[in-house]
Amino acid sequence: MNTTAFEPHVLHTHKITKYFYEPDKFQVLKEIDLTVHKGEFLSLVGKSGCGKSTLMYVLSTMDTDYEGELEIAGVRLTDKTQNELAAFRNKHIGFVFQFHYLLPEFTTLQNVMIPALKLGKYSRKEVEDRAYAKLEMLGMKEHALKPTSKLSGGQQQRVAIARALINDPDIIMGDEPTGNLDSYNTHVVFDIFQELTHTYKQTIIAVTHDEEFARKSDRIVEMSDGHIVR
Amino acid sequence: MRLVIDIARTHLISKPRQTIIAMLGVTFGIGMFIAMVSLMTGLNNFTEELTMTSSPDIHIYHDVTESRPSVIEQVNVGGINKVHHQKPKNETPRLRNAHQIAALIRRDPRVTGVAPSISSQVFYNYGPVQLSGNILGVDIIEEDKLFELREKMKEGRIEDLKANHDGIIMGRGLARKLNARTGDRVVITTPQGYTMTLKIVGVFQMGLGSIDNVRSYANLSTVQTILQQDHLYVTDINIKLKDLLLAKSIAPGYQRMYGYKAEDWETANATFLTGNIIRNILTYSVSITLLIVAGFGIYNILNMTIYNKMKDIAILKAMGFAGRDVKQIFMIQSLVIGFIGSLLGLAIGYGLSLLIAQAPFNGGDFISLDHFPVNFDPKYYIIGIVFGVTTTAFAGYMPSRKASKIDPIEILRG
Repeated sequence: MNTTAFEPHVLHTHKITKYFYEPDKFQVLKEIDLTVHKGEFLSLVGKSGCGKSTLMYVLSTMDTDYEGELEIAGVRLTDKTQNELAAFRNKHIGFVFQFHYLLPEFTTLQNVMIPALKLGKYSRKEVEDRAYAKLEMLGMKEHALKPTSKLSGGQQQRVAIARALINDPDIIMGDEPTGNLDSYNTHVVFDIFQELTHTYKQTIIAVTHDEEFARKSDRIVEMSDGHIVR
Repeated sequence: MRLVIDIARTHLISKPRQTIIAMLGVTFGIGMFIAMVSLMTGLNNFTEELTMTSSPDIHIYHDVTESRPSVIEQVNVGGINKVHHQKPKNETPRLRNAHQIAALIRRDPRVTGVAPSISSQVFYNYGPVQLSGNILGVDIIEEDKLFELREKMKEGRIEDLKANHDGIIMGRGLARKLNARTGDRVVITTPQGYTMTLKIVGVFQMGLGSIDNVRSYANLSTVQTILQQDHLYVTDINIKLKDLLLAKSIAPGYQRMYGYKAEDWETANATFLTGNIIRNILTYSVSITLLIVAGFGIYNILNMTIYNKMKDIAILKAMGFAGRDVKQIFMIQSLVIGFIGSLLGLAIGYGLSLLIAQAPFNGGDFISLDHFPVNFDPKYYIIGIVFGVTTTAFAGYMPSRKASKIDPIEILRG
């Protein structure tokens, strides 16, 4: 398939199908074709059990047990080894989950730096500068040297976003990124996402239950029974 | 790699109590290993040294009690012969051509010293009491080369024996029993009834009761005179080898060549050496048990840590850490625990060894010993640290591998 025939896209799937085998064999994803363009802010919605989270984890490259084809940033990821996929995630994908999953023994700054240190593209000093820049962008610079356990829920989620951004990923994936936040912090996080997409051309895919969050995003993909219905 | 080390270090530092407990397990194991092995090998070396002083590497003598084929067996070869209770022949313990044999053996490049000698049972007369013992007729200078007699002299010098034709150097225990000291004269009686007065020119102490309480040294010619034998009379040849471990393989050759019994030191001291083997087995089995217990401690603590850090592991994997990186994080932790724990163990083991070395210990009449002999050979410290680190590596491997196999989706999906 000649990908250049389409307008520039970051993520592309072709007939992704997945089965669950426990407790019974069950087809959870049915030939999903999805293309996400650069700078898009996409909400993935649907009822519980419709397969939206499952699709997200296939797209995240962490779930490799599927049929069909997955391509991100022009790289075909189907059939790559776990180690190759880990290195790919490090460079190209940022994650924001419902819970912040910050490492409790490390400071805010260290948490943000870890993926960049893993990438090893910049020196330690440069990584630190970049981490400060990301924290500043999210209004968290003054908390840089605090342990993450001393931050509020909203602050922790902002640090998690800074961490997702540190390697300038091609795509940010969120699994209920506002699911654990109050309405004020939900607004804050939404505004950050919107700014990222509109100002910095960041691509974001977020699974959400929050209808308002979804409605305000650029594009809604709704799933039902393993199909994309909208 | 540096990041992985940073994370491992942070994990260790953030839970100091857990880390220290895991380390103490290893420390205790290695410390006990060092203390035990130091004492046991110290004892082993001590007894080995004693056997070395009491027996030559190879001892050639005429074994008159050795069973010999009966006349009827020589005549009727292969037949059914029965001879009950055959007595030994009336033979003297003399080695024929002893000096020629000694000269031949001296030419063997594996040999560093050869000393012909005469040994005989004698009675030491102490007033009306007769103490049984033995006397060794030796060339004292040659004998010194084999047994380092000079260092064992408590009174007098070995050269005094050379100068005194009727002199003897007496074992300390024997001298004490006879209430005799250097310069005194003692009367000895041979089994054949010949009596002679000899002058004590020195006192030695080997440290082994079975020698010090019965033995005296005299010149070869003196003993030949006592036994009323000619000046070629020799009953034993003692041999010192360059490598004493070769004794067992060289001895049978001499026995075949010269037709006399050649006994190596290992055979002569089998009971002592069995003791050594048992002590070694004991030391290593106790130490290995302690280390396995320490290993289980580390296994447990790492398992618990990994269970507590499931979320961290999942997010690290999501952010691009490969299974290998996660495994390294936890392996580094167990190796650091193992290494530092072992180092502390070596220090504690060394301290315990120093204490043991100062503890008074009465060896009694049998062995002259006032403190425990302790071995400070660095070899065992190296074994200890290798042992400790290897055990922790094994103990850490399984939990680390489990951590590397954690599926992040199961945890992140909640």
